[in-house]
Amino acid sequence: MMDFVATLLTWGVLAQLVRIAVPYVLAALGGTLTERSGVIDLAIEAKLLCGAFAAAVATVESDSVAVGIVAGALAGASVGAVQAVAAIRLGAEQVVTGIALNLAAVGLTRFLLGAIYGHDESSLNIVGHDHTVWRSPIVWLAIALVALVVIGLERSRPGLRIRAVGEHPEAVAAAGASVVRTRWLALLIGGAVAGVGGAQLSLGVGQFVPEMSGGRGYVALAAVIMSGWRPGRAALVCVGFGAAETLQIRMQNLGGGLPPELVALLPYALALVLLVAIKPRTSAPSAIGKPWP
Amino acid sequence: MTRSVETVRGAIVALLVAMAAGSVLVIVAGGSPLEVWRTLLTSTLGDRASLGQVIFRATPLVFTGLAVAVPLRAGLFNIGAEGQLTAAALTCAVVAALVPSSTPAVLAIGAAVATAMATGAAVGATTGALRVYRGAHEVIVAILLNAIIAGVALWLGNRSLFVGEATRTATIVPGAVLPSLGFAGSSASWSFVGAVITAGIIFWLLARTTAGFVWTATGRNLDAARAAGLPVDRARVSSMALAGALAGLAGAHFVLGHKHAYENGLGRGVGFVGIAVALLAQGNALAIVGSALLFGLLAQGGLGVAGLVPKELVDVLQAVVLLAAAITMRVRTRR
Repeated sequence: MMDFVATLLTWGVLAQLVRIAVPYVLAALGGTLTERSGVIDLAIEAKLLCGAFAAAVATVESDSVAVGIVAGALAGASVGAVQAVAAIRLGAEQVVTGIALNLAAVGLTRFLLGAIYGHDESSLNIVGHDHTVWRSPIVWLAIALVALVVIGLERSRPGLRIRAVGEHPEAVAAAGASVVRTRWLALLIGGAVAGVGGAQLSLGVGQFVPEMSGGRGYVALAAVIMSGWRPGRAALVCVGFGAAETLQIRMQNLGGGLPPELVALLPYALALVLLVAIKPRTSAPSAIGKPWP
Repeated sequence: MTRSVETVRGAIVALLVAMAAGSVLVIVAGGSPLEVWRTLLTSTLGDRASLGQVIFRATPLVFTGLAVAVPLRAGLFNIGAEGQLTAAALTCAVVAALVPSSTPAVLAIGAAVATAMATGAAVGATTGALRVYRGAHEVIVAILLNAIIAGVALWLGNRSLFVGEATRTATIVPGAVLPSLGFAGSSASWSFVGAVITAGIIFWLLARTTAGFVWTATGRNLDAARAAGLPVDRARVSSMALAGALAGLAGAHFVLGHKHAYENGLGRGVGFVGIAVALLAQGNALAIVGSALLFGLLAQGGLGVAGLVPKELVDVLQAVVLLAAAITMRVRTRR
């Protein structure tokens, strides 16, 4: 047991933890922004997956990681835009909108992978780039984004407005600001942030694989909810999920102990237990899920 | 009367939007929309065997559509039909393989179906209870449970239930097999008849019984229903339990009427398509049969057009129908 603990306390494990935690953290940040504006964000999964795909394709085609990251952000924002058209402009049911976007993203990325690289391709390898975590700009970008979203949402004018349209859109409208435009802003930024998380998903392992988001968007949304819609805490919870997944991989490598099928469930089980056990002290944004006007 | 007209109008608008989006996708993929739509129709309605396949594919969708519609009436979203179905199919297959082979068909099928319903109901009730008594959002809980149940089922299978090299349990006893409808050699079984009868029962339950009234009142206005002294907590949990039992029937259909065993990944996606089926039917239990047939046609037609466009397009098209249904649903309820 002590040996096992000792093998965990290495730089390699820390690097692995950071690589795994970053997509969760960015997904939860994006989800927090969207939800605080009063729109249920079940489409995080789609934003991660599309971000991962776009980042992989752009990095391969341009031979530049920076271009890949921007592409990931744009793909996430595009999903946010479709979500905004459906949920804000057309007043669609927001839970179903999210589920539909997630299903569409799975089909669309598979389709595009085949359309671009031929139909016998089952994955896309990103070769010739250093995957070392500490040299990845996304990791540093993620740390900056956590600070930016926490401070921006709490202290900036657009941040205040985003929180206000989530709690009491009538008041924002009465003050002469646009509810629709504010929500659009939140969904576009939130989508872009989650899209960068997706970029880390594929660039971090040097490969895009269909359905590689693997439910992380849902786990991230659970983190948003159990943190009481506060971005800093959500990011912390997500580091916890990253740690659980890292532990899971290390335990699988060691062989003995728990069966691999159950070990793979660790992040989900942890999310479920925490979701049931923790009652957030701050409640959901009052106007969440309600169409405007 | 006006309500049913609006229901039909909403469904037609959703379908037209989806068809337009689908045509765009086909053009992007380099195909001809007209040819694709024609092939989709001839490969599904062209002969009796294809029609039987449509019925076969629609069968589980009737059950999962109902599994979404019942809690929706009580104001809850059941995204957990996937997990409920998987858990139910596994226990159903175990029971149907364990009963003595001399058991009369009525008893063998009855025991297997009852097991499936009880398992699904247990999963559904758990989700509902966590929502009602612990405040954990049912959508997130259900999605996490779907993943957990899939993993646990795989573990149980690998550990002791799967036989031979395949990820498949022992074949069920002949007495527990739901006979084929004998519809032109198609895979359609008597479970479709069961699905239609179930839809009728749910329609009656929702429209004509006290339970249906309490669910509807709870879903329309939770606080008002609670203030009126209705047992809203129990109603919400029971709606999820019934939903689980209905999703369990979809699992039983796969095990008893088609695969005659539990296989890993069985019925995958059927729970999600059930959401679209229920929304397109605007939660009306009888309309769900028609809506399920439509999605069955889409699934079967997807195989027919596989040579013309990549099969992923059909997945995207189903998502587009779901999105269109989400839009028309809210437009209608807002008025």
